[in-house]
Amino acid sequence: MSKSTTLSAVQKLRERIAHLERRAGRQHAALPFGIPGVDSRLPGGGLARGALHEVAGGGNGAIDGAAAALFAAGIAARTRGKVLWCITRPDLFAPALAQAGLSPDRVIYLEAGDDRTVLTCFEEGLRHGGLGAVVAEIARLSMTASRRLQLAAEGSGAIGLAVRRWRRQTETVDFGQPTAAMTRWRISVLPSRPLPVPGVGRACWLVELIRCRAGESADFELEACDETGHLRLPSDLAHGPGAKEVGHCIASA
Amino acid sequence: MLVGRDGQRRVVLAADAAAQAAGLRAGMPATKAQALVPGLAIQEADPAADARALDRLALWMLRRYAPIVAADPPDGIVIDSTGADHLHGGEAVMLADMVRRLVASGVAARAAVADSWGAAHALARFADHTILGIPPGSSVTAIAQLPIAALRLPPEMVSDLRVLGFERIADLAAQPRAPLALRFGPELGRRLDQALGRMGEPIDPIRPPELIEVRRVFAEPIAAAETIARYIGKLVIALCAALETSGLGARRLDLICHRVDSRAQAVRVGTVLPVRDAKRLTRLLCDKIETIDPGFGIEAMTLAAIVAEPLAEKQTVTALIEEPEPDVSGLIDTLANRVGARRLYRLAPVASDVPERSVIRIAPLAPETGVTWKGEWPRPSRLLSPPEPIEAIALLPDHPPVSFTWRGVRRRVRCADGPERVFGEWWKRDPELIAVRDYFRVEDDAGERYWIFRSGDGEDAATGSHRWFLHGIFG
Repeated sequence: MSKSTTLSAVQKLRERIAHLERRAGRQHAALPFGIPGVDSRLPGGGLARGALHEVAGGGNGAIDGAAAALFAAGIAARTRGKVLWCITRPDLFAPALAQAGLSPDRVIYLEAGDDRTVLTCFEEGLRHGGLGAVVAEIARLSMTASRRLQLAAEGSGAIGLAVRRWRRQTETVDFGQPTAAMTRWRISVLPSRPLPVPGVGRACWLVELIRCRAGESADFELEACDETGHLRLPSDLAHGPGAKEVGHCIASA
Repeated sequence: MLVGRDGQRRVVLAADAAAQAAGLRAGMPATKAQALVPGLAIQEADPAADARALDRLALWMLRRYAPIVAADPPDGIVIDSTGADHLHGGEAVMLADMVRRLVASGVAARAAVADSWGAAHALARFADHTILGIPPGSSVTAIAQLPIAALRLPPEMVSDLRVLGFERIADLAAQPRAPLALRFGPELGRRLDQALGRMGEPIDPIRPPELIEVRRVFAEPIAAAETIARYIGKLVIALCAALETSGLGARRLDLICHRVDSRAQAVRVGTVLPVRDAKRLTRLLCDKIETIDPGFGIEAMTLAAIVAEPLAEKQTVTALIEEPEPDVSGLIDTLANRVGARRLYRLAPVASDVPERSVIRIAPLAPETGVTWKGEWPRPSRLLSPPEPIEAIALLPDHPPVSFTWRGVRRRVRCADGPERVFGEWWKRDPELIAVRDYFRVEDDAGERYWIFRSGDGEDAATGSHRWFLHGIFG
């Protein structure tokens, strides 16, 4: 069988599966990152709207979730409408979200006492449909709960971002458990690029796409969100010889 | 000092702090008081005006706190807070808020929460604390050591019991009932049972005259959740029709379910904007059905718009250019009734350089201002509260640390930005007059970025302790 016929067969199969999955036939356009290397890895050319996505920090970030929260804020900043942010621990510093492009006028915070309340409010927010994105910081996310969230998001077209954040390092093995989320990301901090003068350069992240439904996993080295919520290729990579192949494909390695 | 009539005598009914310091007590004859303190300021008691004022206060409580409120004359208000305290952040927070507001308006107030009206009445008046919350099930032990005067008995009966040697409620509760009933009649046993929670005591809620209210009485008591939901739907439609005639929208709704055992179960829901949409109100009320305990059945349901505000019909203009922002007030209402209105907020900037003061909570639907935090310096996405002390090695006065130890882990600083000097706000507190913090953004070998500060300017010990703290974590 020639290569082109294989490709078209795969394409047809994908369309059929997509048709089966979206029962109502409701199609939501994806939200691109604006970095060709990242967008080409994601089905639909960007982060799917009307879906649940998981984000966690790597290393100590699994506990503090600082980079993961900013990553989520950057995505939420590029949507339209209000953003609901469900938290259990009140240590989120709003000026940092504003610097990631999420204006304080848009974020409604909800302080929930426990994970269960977070999940019900998360689902309620996704179901409503008037919100651009719903972010929730949760530790445990079961298959059933994530399925409910995914269905709620599919119905309304809002982006659901579950920022996974645990109390202890030992609990982070929970991130290996399967969920119904569309994609799963892990954001770890990297040393910033040295500046010609003393000081700290723009923050760098190792963005790992651990799991992606109908796509392959990959990892990227990117610079953190700017004031409009956009990630960027590190400047020495952007115009270098490797610019085309920024995504390092784990599956083929 | 207040003087009133008790039978033929004129007695002191109440004395303020100054009068009590002069040795005057409630219950002493007015003539004796006048003899003790010359030039005494005496006010005639006006029980009718007092009762009216108490009713007014009860109405205010009804609007603000809970659906079932009644005056408990002469000097109390009884509130059934079931189904409403979550809107105020729990029982303890609600009590504290209540007492604070009353004290601010010049009323000396004491408050207690307990299982029964009798126990709460006793604890509010005779317990040591001004604000007291008794966990469910422990009211009996809580009131055991209170004097028998707390039992709402006639004064003569209390003094007769004292003569017999009864001082505390526990003494009385331990006695066989029959001889007591023979001597004092059924009143004593009834009051004791009410305080101990063995006998129900329905509260007859106060109702303002202009209240918009609909009521439905059932031929057969209902108990199933679906049936309750169906009748809630019917009541809401009737209420919305009543609201429409007066051009109002509901801000706060009370649903009171009268059970066959003459107890009432109440549900309160609030909205951020006036609402007259039957579907939305039904949804809000139906979310709360699980909190209603139907017992042996509900025989009547009352739905009242406790707080209603004018709701003008609005014409919507279709914009050709872009879609209008979707309305999220419905979602806010649902969530606020689930987690409490205080837990739902937006954060707005405050003009302050001190990081923990630069943020203020505002209502989720407050008007958008477009203002954001000033300054180009990066801010951490997690702010520790309070800042955690760290051990740091640094050159004084203005070099960033070379290394620091946080939570037992030593980190070498690879590069750093700073200092960013934050001065104390002398207009807030005197000690902040010369206080200084020097903030640094540091990055360790692993690439983790932290926001640390030194208290003090590094030279003058008066500006701070010169100890180092970790205040935030950058992403």
